Amino acid sequence: MTTPARSVALIRRPLSRIVLASLWFGLLSLPLMMESQAPFFGLRRPLLVSAGVAVIGVLRLAVSRRAGSGAGGVQRALGATGRAVHHLVGQIDRRLLYAVGLAAAALIPLGLNRYHIDILTQVGIYVTLALGLNIVVGLAGLLDLGYVAFYAVGAYAYGLLSTRVGLSFWEVLPLGALLAALFGVLLGIPVLRLRGDYLAIVTLGFGEMIRITLNNWDSVTRGPNGILGIARPKILGFTISTPIQYYYLILALVLLTVFVVERLNRSRIGRAWTAMRDDDVAAEAMGINLVKTKLLAFGLGATWAGSAGVFFASKMTFISPESFTFFESVIILCMVVLGGMGSVPGVILGAATLVILPEIMRQFALYRMLIFGGAMVVMMVMRPQGLVGSPRRKVALGPKDRPRPTAVS
Amino acid sequence: MSAPVPLLETRKLSKNFGGLRAIDNIDLSVETDETVGLIGPNGAGKTTVFNCVTGMSPPTSGDILYRGESLAGLRPDQVTARGISRTFQNIRLFREMTVIENVMVGSHCRARAGILGAVFRPKAVVKEEEELAAKALGLLRFVGLEGKADLWARQLPYGDQRRLEIARAMASDPSLLLLDEPACGMNPQETIALMELIRLIRDRGIAVLLIEHQMKMIMGISDRLVVLDHGTKIAEGTAEAVRADPAVIGAYLGKESIGA
Repeated sequence: MTTPARSVALIRRPLSRIVLASLWFGLLSLPLMMESQAPFFGLRRPLLVSAGVAVIGVLRLAVSRRAGSGAGGVQRALGATGRAVHHLVGQIDRRLLYAVGLAAAALIPLGLNRYHIDILTQVGIYVTLALGLNIVVGLAGLLDLGYVAFYAVGAYAYGLLSTRVGLSFWEVLPLGALLAALFGVLLGIPVLRLRGDYLAIVTLGFGEMIRITLNNWDSVTRGPNGILGIARPKILGFTISTPIQYYYLILALVLLTVFVVERLNRSRIGRAWTAMRDDDVAAEAMGINLVKTKLLAFGLGATWAGSAGVFFASKMTFISPESFTFFESVIILCMVVLGGMGSVPGVILGAATLVILPEIMRQFALYRMLIFGGAMVVMMVMRPQGLVGSPRRKVALGPKDRPRPTAVS
Repeated sequence: MSAPVPLLETRKLSKNFGGLRAIDNIDLSVETDETVGLIGPNGAGKTTVFNCVTGMSPPTSGDILYRGESLAGLRPDQVTARGISRTFQNIRLFREMTVIENVMVGSHCRARAGILGAVFRPKAVVKEEEELAAKALGLLRFVGLEGKADLWARQLPYGDQRRLEIARAMASDPSLLLLDEPACGMNPQETIALMELIRLIRDRGIAVLLIEHQMKMIMGISDRLVVLDHGTKIAEGTAEAVRADPAVIGAYLGKESIGA
């Protein structure tokens, strides 16, 4: 089986890959780490980076060779970890798991300082956003690069209605969500016939249109100055103002989002979305109204951005178009893709990772974005399906999970 | 008593693609409970007929009547809701969904649950979902895919994918099933099993319009054959009559062979 020639070929290709990877990373680190004043122009550190990458490559090669054939050992290890986690999750009662997760989410912030709680609140906002975008991108397969527009619609709905009309947070929350959904459908109508790249470009344009309108419509939005003095939410006369109170508010919104998105996902509508994503011609031939299904996806996805926007405005008490740039859309999209398109736990994990990781890496200052970008590249190459690959409703429909009538004639 | 209305009838059905006339004045009918074979050389326009009937590509001229009512201007999903369902020549399953989900999608237009039903999941919706799952399992058993319900559609071997497409098409409770080369790529045993399956489908009272290149198979199960060549109908009748028709032999083997 293993002829000499074959084993040589096996070694040679991974080896050249290791050399190339180490050179590449060394090159990437050059502009950041080189110092003309230091001995050897500071080339020592890029060389260290190269050596580090080479060592990792060799280790990976060794692991993968021990594990069996060819490369991809890390990939397999990641896959195996994923499977093990899935298996474990499958073993434990789902309700128990939810209860533990909920208890952790409710209790852990009590022991944290304001800064950490604020970060967790941000995680909550992004989880809501990412779960909404997950409907559009992950389930329905419609690439939306202007999603932040709906976030802006929600935020400005509360900003304007609170400062001008004097409506309360609880009145605007459903209103802002509804308004965002309406905008979602409005965006959906012209792009019904578009797919893939074209859809992405049009949605990108839509997102920019909203932001530029907010930036220039001075008489209503006060342009780049933004809206100041937005009222904080009140519950029964009690005003929510401290970080921990906001945290619990966003936690409630996240729970609502998870609940609704999960139920939509496991419903007839969710099936129609995934069918449309996989093959829209076949989906239409199977009796799915594509127009209605697409508009539902855009509308229901935008709903969550709208409510996240209302919350955001109430938390900051100040909003300006700067918060709703194209970069925000991209980050939310990254959360969905990194976490695992279509998977609710995956998207939550993705959002948490992309909010918390840059915060943790603050100490690396300059290198922060480099490490961040590198991690994204490695992640997408190693595990393109995301942290948690989407197990499509498999369990819920499986005969083991839920007894159902068996005899059919 | 007037003559009964055929289940499906096309009248002078034509379709142009730019300057090319893909099908030209096709008159075709399928009676209830009938299995009709649609044959002809490559490029004869068979799949175009399917696409016109199912609303995927509207005809240039002519009319399509289903139970005496015109299907003109209906979208594919509306045609499916009326009771016509199809499979595809190049398999088009929902690859990232499980086998049973594929079949449940087929029942989409027979179910009602909307957004509120999905979110609040009242008893009626839970019951509907259970019925859909039970029906899907029944159909999987019918086409011989029991025990594979929870696999991904893409994991199925080729022959099974074709069977799954048939199950999915049947999930919309059609009265007329259009099968586009279901035996394509199947080995002889699989083909025989497929013929048996098509007979069972007919026994359920579903009319079948079938495109197929494997002559033995299509001659074996069709009540009637319609032969197309270069977009026109050149022959129609029983397998024996069609086989002896000089125009058919000419179309398949070339004009010279008629005189030979």
